[in-house]
Amino acid sequence: MAKHEVKSPIPGTFYRKPAPDQPPFKEVGDTVAKGDTVAIVEVMKSFHEIKSDGDGNITAFPIDDAEPVMAGQTIVELD
Amino acid sequence: MPINVISAGIATTIQDLGRPGYYHLGIPMGGAMDRLALRTANLLVGNEEDAAGLESVFVGPELEFTEDATVAVCGAELPPKVDGEARETWTAIPIKAGQVLSFEFLKAGARAYIAISGGINTPPMLGSRSTYAIGALGGVDGRAVQPGDTLPLGKMSKPASEGLTVPEKLRRLPSNPAELRVLPGLYWHRITENAQKNFFDDTWKVANEADRMGYRFQGGRKLDFVEREQPYSAGADPSNITDACYPYGSVQVPSGTEPIILHRDAVSGGGYFMLGTVISADMDLIGQLQPHTPTRFVKVDMETALAARHDRAAAMNAIREAIS
Repeated sequence: MAKHEVKSPIPGTFYRKPAPDQPPFKEVGDTVAKGDTVAIVEVMKSFHEIKSDGDGNITAFPIDDAEPVMAGQTIVELD
Repeated sequence: MPINVISAGIATTIQDLGRPGYYHLGIPMGGAMDRLALRTANLLVGNEEDAAGLESVFVGPELEFTEDATVAVCGAELPPKVDGEARETWTAIPIKAGQVLSFEFLKAGARAYIAISGGINTPPMLGSRSTYAIGALGGVDGRAVQPGDTLPLGKMSKPASEGLTVPEKLRRLPSNPAELRVLPGLYWHRITENAQKNFFDDTWKVANEADRMGYRFQGGRKLDFVEREQPYSAGADPSNITDACYPYGSVQVPSGTEPIILHRDAVSGGGYFMLGTVISADMDLIGQLQPHTPTRFVKVDMETALAARHDRAAAMNAIREAIS
């Protein structure tokens, strides 16, 4: 299957977990379907869920949790 | 014939050049954070410069047109598409009835201004269509644009020239690191000489708490205050003052840790000291700063500030001449 990259539509701070005391939305090796929430990005005092726009298995998260993300940057790689 | 809003991004508001005159009552001027970008977008589509358009933060809306129109997107590099086909920013774009305007991912800047021929014709409140959401004034029923809204258009004042474009050297976005010129003043004397120096020496970063009301910065050294006995009615924190008026562009630093620049939707007063103000010539730039952008504050005097204001007026005139 072709590689697919899920990109963040917004700049901000990237989080893999819905809350600090909860497990990440997804891990490497997990299967995702289009529409699944894969991360949240915090900006302008609010949190925005980032949903996958493709189907596949997660091969990597190129950005670490709680790191800055720019708009258009890849946040999840799928295979 | 209106525009149908299919999606609205994360914060798309109707803005014109604002409603000056009510700040003493607590109602801020509001209006486009990047005024040059809105003025320019309006000129490109044949509108008056103060017509109402859309201010989209980071993410563009999807808009379905029900009549032929001309649009222009200025400010942030948020590439527009018409029925999925790429178009240029800072350029007059023809759109036919039934076509959909949408946007690519943001490439640079933070706020795109979308002007539409005829201007958005929602009811003005206190002389402006600008959305001041906290006060439920202007916009669509006092709020940001939402999917399902229909935006009425005014009458075109003159036909737009399709393909009209602003020369690249007249477009303005912040440098990286961004530089904001600050005129020290107001309560400048409240911080120590060392803190005064550190504020301008350090590189700060735009925080996630950055919006139309204020832009917060992080990462510089904590500012130390000159010791004093707090005056009557001032809070206990050394950054507190007896309540005072807050000018647009003023830089407050609660507890000396994170500077906040008040912008177009500023609160008009409060009890934090301000170390000075960002000069008027650089206010537009703030609206184009993304979170995490490294930022330097540059110390200037009044003479420099006034010369910079003059330069910005000349830059706007150069745009008027280039596209008239």
